[in-house]
Amino acid sequence: MDVLELARWQFGITTVYHFLMVPLTIGLSVLVAGMQTAWVRTGDVKYLRMTKFWGKLLLVNFAMGVVTGIVQEFQFGMAWSEYSRFVGDVFGAPLAMEGLVAFFVESTFLGLWIFGWDRLPKRVHLACAWAFSLATIASAYFIIAANSWMQHPVGVEMVDGRPRLTSIWAVLGNNTALTAVPHAVAGCFAVGAAFLVGIGAWHLWRRRDDDGPVWRASVKLGGWVGVVSFAALAITGDLQGKLMFEQQPMKMAAAEALCHTEQPAAFSVFAVGDVTRPDCENVKSITVPALLSFLAHSDFTTEVRGIEQLVGEYQERYGTNYPVDERLGELSGKPIDYVPNLPVTYWGFRFMIGFGALAALASVAVLWLTRGGRVPKSKWFPRLALAGIATPFLANSFGWIFTEMGRQPFVVAPNPSGVDGVWMFTARGVSGLTSGEVLTSLIALTVVYAALAVVEVFLIARYTRAGVAGVMPPDKPESDKPSDTLAFAY
Amino acid sequence: MELSVVWFCVIALLWLGYLFLESFDFGVGMLLPVLAKDNTERRVMVNTIGPVWDGNEVWLIVAVGATFAAFPGWYASLLSAAYLPILVVLLGLIGRGVAFEYRGKVDTERWRRNWDRVIVAGSWLPALGVGLLLATMMFGLPLDADGNRVGSPFAAITPEAALGALAVAGFSLAHGAVFVALKTDGDIRHRARALALRLGPGALLPLAALLILVQLESGSLWTWLAVGVAAAAGAVAFQRLALGREGQAFAGLGVLITASVIALFGALYPNVLPSTLDPAFSLTVADTASSPYTLQVMSWVALFGTPAVLVYQGWTYWVFRKRVSTAHIPPVHVP
Ligand code: HDD
Ligand code: HEM
Ligand code: HEM
Repeated sequence: MDVLELARWQFGITTVYHFLMVPLTIGLSVLVAGMQTAWVRTGDVKYLRMTKFWGKLLLVNFAMGVVTGIVQEFQFGMAWSEYSRFVGDVFGAPLAMEGLVAFFVESTFLGLWIFGWDRLPKRVHLACAWAFSLATIASAYFIIAANSWMQHPVGVEMVDGRPRLTSIWAVLGNNTALTAVPHAVAGCFAVGAAFLVGIGAWHLWRRRDDDGPVWRASVKLGGWVGVVSFAALAITGDLQGKLMFEQQPMKMAAAEALCHTEQPAAFSVFAVGDVTRPDCENVKSITVPALLSFLAHSDFTTEVRGIEQLVGEYQERYGTNYPVDERLGELSGKPIDYVPNLPVTYWGFRFMIGFGALAALASVAVLWLTRGGRVPKSKWFPRLALAGIATPFLANSFGWIFTEMGRQPFVVAPNPSGVDGVWMFTARGVSGLTSGEVLTSLIALTVVYAALAVVEVFLIARYTRAGVAGVMPPDKPESDKPSDTLAFAY
Repeated sequence: MELSVVWFCVIALLWLGYLFLESFDFGVGMLLPVLAKDNTERRVMVNTIGPVWDGNEVWLIVAVGATFAAFPGWYASLLSAAYLPILVVLLGLIGRGVAFEYRGKVDTERWRRNWDRVIVAGSWLPALGVGLLLATMMFGLPLDADGNRVGSPFAAITPEAALGALAVAGFSLAHGAVFVALKTDGDIRHRARALALRLGPGALLPLAALLILVQLESGSLWTWLAVGVAAAAGAVAFQRLALGREGQAFAGLGVLITASVIALFGALYPNVLPSTLDPAFSLTVADTASSPYTLQVMSWVALFGTPAVLVYQGWTYWVFRKRVSTAHIPPVHVP
């Protein structure tokens, strides 16, 4: 494999992996801060026990979120140096802001929260939990603003062949970011909610401890958050679809594997056959008439352009062949393939929605089955509840894979309605490294990540099984007076 | 002054923050098997940095992120040209971060011993690697006219770079030992102080050698002056430590590293990454800087952001100002 392919695999693997930890951190941290608020306001020990239990799982996960994030910060320069030189004037700013505004707050206040249980007055300690959890959302905003600029470059002019920033407000207020951020954050809540529902339901079913009220409250909270976040995902997702129709028509067509222009366009629910072939032979698809037109433009008549027509348009605007440039390697001078990987985009889009819908269904089912103090006896109940935890994780991963691979062959996608001439081919962004270097890092990081995944799952399972007793020493009186031993010491 | 020059100073300041703060928490990790006699003492050591190590590490993330924003060419060339050393730093930081969090999560000797190994390796490797990168910035890399590396993936590994690696690792050892003496009580405090007095001056020799070498190559009067200040601060630090004034010794080493960073970045300016092939290919502040508008935006962010960070990080150190001793360590309570 050449450097380009290796670097893409590396970026894909490391970010998808990072984004397994990220949504759990974001979702759980806000929910835990909410639980602690309930404790401080009502004094009900149930909420304290919830805070401690879910807080512990949050910490086990947070450490992995941090260490996988560090790699991301360096990776643009290491493996994508040409990209970094090209976009640096615009793209570095939100990244640096994320560090300065979000990461410092996150890391510092989490330290205060972990170690401050007995050191800080109750309300100050609670404020630390909120500072931490809001900072995780701030970090999502800045990094996705950076990512959205790659999907829809705005606020720049071309000077000497590079985009130069003309308005930071345009970048931070990019309409792509303003819909992608709530969508991704809602996805994070879906993950946190599924955790509460799955683990809570399992404990309820097991009835091993006296913490029934803790698990019941957790299931209830998680169930409702799960349902609401799916509604938010559908609404924001629909808004994103409309922007995608304008900004990245090829991604839209690829999401549907829509070969020929249709008016009105039908939404394909499920396809049988080979969606790889852009000629659409042999594909039978179950469709909902005119729904795609609605997704794209809020009415049932809009024309949605298909891949065949778009390829022609793209060739006209952005060229038929790559320039002759040794840095493009094998691709130098070759025809440009404007069609993203169709099976990935087509199925990625459906799996994102489908797994998200499954997560919401699971929430509703568990809420129904445990209504009014009931607990199902069947041993399928806990199994399905625990399996449900995986669904929003999968939906998130598929969402990102779809968004990022649907952008190919561009790393900075051209903006058809905005600044002219700002785009970059992925092949042009990669560093001039030896493939040995990238292969080394790809293997090293993948192996380390895989090993750490085993450890994290092992620890989470262990703490899950132990329940609240695993995190709260028995009969320790809780007081808000500072004491001498470190309550939450490493 | 041009904004690009201001931003060169900001980057130097961020590196200073990083070296100042993380050197002692690297030191704590490096000295874990040396200073602590049993698990409770190891927990004392880890808990001296428990609430702060992640905040300290963010200084590196922001130093790198700010370099991306303010000097994209510097960020791109350094990180791609020194790819493998950076990979080692990253692997070390990955291991270390999870090890702190995970070492106490299972109550068996074997579990703890393995994570302690990760902490030790994860403190040595990034300390050496960061030193290597700093020295690489000072002495340069074989860069072509586009700022890309010519030559092997190991081009960054030179004798000067190795000296830089030892310089940062050595400083971390000294700073870490003094920090443990400052933040703990009981037996371990005395052992840490004795160790700092015995090993500290020797551990600082590579840093001294690095400073002199850099100055001989590209120093000026005022950067030599900074080297003088560093030397004096070092001497004062160990004299105060001998008198049992750990806080003053710690501050002395802080002045030392501040003066050292000034001397190094002062000598580097106006370059940001010299080319060893041809001085004409060297990356400079002027030709890697972002546009004035981007720098202006970043200046506003830094102007409000940085003081806030200093205030709340300072507050954290104040909240956890008490010395930690074995008496503060609760019994192990894990599932
Ligand atoms: C939607 C949110 C989101 C997305 C898309 C990303 N991250 Fe992330 N990142 C977070 C949300 C987040 C977080 C919630 O703030 C984390 C995760 C868990 C955590 O500990 O903080 C974090 C941690 C984290 C850290 C460690 C911070 C620390 O030490 O405290 C770094 C350096 C990055 N990330 C950098 C990146 C980069 C360069 C990304 C782009 C590829 C990226 N992250 C994608
Ligand atoms: C955390 C969520 C994210 C996930 C799961 C994700 C996923 C991916 C995947 C799967 C690829 C490979 C695509 C391919 O090779 O076809 C990729 C590429 C890339 N992404 Fe993302 N991404 C995420 C966030 C981001 C963000 C926030 C940025 C920028 C700020 C970003 C920038 C890039 C870049 C520069 C590439 C490399 C070029 C390429 O292969 O397209 N990604 N990402
Ligand atoms: C009715 C449901 C949904 C619709 C219509 C929808 C729509 C979309 C669209 C159009 C995009 C691509 C944006 C672009 O590239 O321009 C996207 C991205 C994404 N989706 Fe969804 N989505 C839905 C449900 C979900 C669910 C349930 C999850 C996760 C739990 C999810 C997670 C994501 C993520 C993480 C991304 C990539 C980041 C981003 O652009 O925000 N989506 N979604």
